Amino acid sequence: MNRIQQKLKSDKKLFSIYFTAGYPNLNDTVQIIQDLESSGVDMIEIGLPFSDPLADGPTIQASSTQALKNGMTTAVLFDQLRDIRSSVNIPLIIMGYFNPILQYGVEAFCKKCQEVGIDGLILPDLPLDKYQEEYEALFRKYGLLPIFLITPQTSEARIAQIDEASDGFIYMVSSASVTGSSNGFGNEQESYFKRIAEMQLKTPQVIGFGISDSKTFQQATKWAKGAIIGSAFIKYITKNGTGNVREFVEQIIR
Amino acid sequence: MNYNVDEKGYYGEFGGAFIPEMLYPNVENLRQQYLKVMEEPSFKAEFDQLLKNYVGRPSPLYFAKRLSEKYNTKIYLKREDLNHTGAHKVNNTIGQILMAKRLGKTRIIAETGAGQHGVATATVCALMGMECIVYMGEIDIARQAPNVARMKMLGAQVRPALSGSKTLKDATNEAIRDWINNPVDTHYIIGSAIGPHPYPDMVTRFQSIISEEIKWQLKEQEGRENPDYVVACVGGGSNAAGTFYHFLNEEEVGIIAVEAAGKGVESGESAATSVLGKEGIIHGCKTLLMQTPDGQITEPYSISAGLDYPGVGPMHAHLYKTGRAEFIPVTDDAAMQSGMELCKLEGIIPAIESSHALAILKTRSFKPTDVVVLNLSGRGDKDLNTYIKYFEL
Repeated sequence: MNRIQQKLKSDKKLFSIYFTAGYPNLNDTVQIIQDLESSGVDMIEIGLPFSDPLADGPTIQASSTQALKNGMTTAVLFDQLRDIRSSVNIPLIIMGYFNPILQYGVEAFCKKCQEVGIDGLILPDLPLDKYQEEYEALFRKYGLLPIFLITPQTSEARIAQIDEASDGFIYMVSSASVTGSSNGFGNEQESYFKRIAEMQLKTPQVIGFGISDSKTFQQATKWAKGAIIGSAFIKYITKNGTGNVREFVEQIIR
Repeated sequence: MNYNVDEKGYYGEFGGAFIPEMLYPNVENLRQQYLKVMEEPSFKAEFDQLLKNYVGRPSPLYFAKRLSEKYNTKIYLKREDLNHTGAHKVNNTIGQILMAKRLGKTRIIAETGAGQHGVATATVCALMGMECIVYMGEIDIARQAPNVARMKMLGAQVRPALSGSKTLKDATNEAIRDWINNPVDTHYIIGSAIGPHPYPDMVTRFQSIISEEIKWQLKEQEGRENPDYVVACVGGGSNAAGTFYHFLNEEEVGIIAVEAAGKGVESGESAATSVLGKEGIIHGCKTLLMQTPDGQITEPYSISAGLDYPGVGPMHAHLYKTGRAEFIPVTDDAAMQSGMELCKLEGIIPAIESSHALAILKTRSFKPTDVVVLNLSGRGDKDLNTYIKYFEL
């Protein structure tokens, strides 16, 4: 069983963190992963930076731009992660846009993911139909779970399709927004969370976008299996450096 | 060989809709509706009426006598520069604003580089009384002040794109992010034959009025519908798509696409995507684009702000790959000289984009009996500052 699936089986609500690889410094990647695991985080999304991140707000855009300036590339990331499985057991997911992966070679990328111990991929601009037509077999061959997004606008029929195609979790985008743009959840989100929870999907849901503190984390995990924090974490390490990520984690799940 | 889009939204291997799930409902709705809407008699009637009485179509197909004498071939200019707002862009914005109304949208967003598409979008929004937000790179806002003022006069809000290189590709990113944030009431009017399916096909169809008119106008003047060559400049590729559309499957018509070579294809400052680009994904479609070996999109250069896009529409990528169209790179210098030549020979001041198309006359030879139709996509008013600086006028 994949590490993501194992984690999803546990009784607790899952706390997942996104960070941009190569930010704030090129070689922070491994240390951040180790510190997040030891601080009690359940799952990590490693952002592969892209020049044109369409679904991201200003915080993640800026971190991506800086990471690329620092010299982050797909090859550098794999090199940094070469021995990561000798020190951590936490599920690791790469989140990135499709073009850099296409240039690396999709099969070569998937193979390398398996070698270093990546468990799943979130590729927001690889659409479901294209995945199913061309890449599903590769993902399976290399033991990678595809993670698909749904939003408040996603139709029930499409949610059913996505549920069917998923083996890990569904990434539930909390509201109509890019990353980092919402301030707390109102009734609208609450009823969306409830609506999805009541659909009784086979695939557990983890909510992301707009979760920035303990309160929004609690609101989200009332309905879903877990929640993902990205922009708020990037802001924290931008301000405080990477020396004390435990402090950030404890603010959320004290 | 099919040069048009297939039922899955591809031109050969190029095209498709590589979009985040947040955009899926809107793009899918558009995909299901666009052909149906375009075929409605009431839509057609309104579109045709506006093109005629508001835009001023048909635009003339003008036999350029002195230019023809100089290059010893028969040159016709398709005068898109005479359209309202000064370029071909308005054909598409008229079509898309009517589409947006029928889809029940009340808020319009657009991206713009030099500002031509932004002005054409602001114009139709004023015409229809719709809210208009135009994203424009911070750097472009500074260098295209008159167009920024035009948009404001027309009631649009111009929002600066502050990310990345702060130019057209970043303005496009910002417009896409706006659409993600406002999925219910907003329609995104893309200005070129790019983006996720159905945009390239929809924009091409709205622009295809150009080649539709060329056919009957040429029949009137030459006694035949098909020229020997059609020529157009290509950035994202909307004027070229419209110019080529009705000739794609007419094998006897040579198709020539002119790209901006900037300071030279090998100079590192160029926008010649067919030569310098590699297959990849930009703004929701698979096409040829300029990028690093690691897949990061790079910033192109051209003296013409309308041609410095790092990708090219998927239809054009397919025309290049299959060899259906000849792609010719033209440098800044060659384009500027040819622009000035048209002023002197024909009394027409062309946009610098269009000057690129004219410049092939110096290097690509045609027979004296050849009929060459060249799309004069826009007028040069917006480029006066560049002309003044370049020629020290």
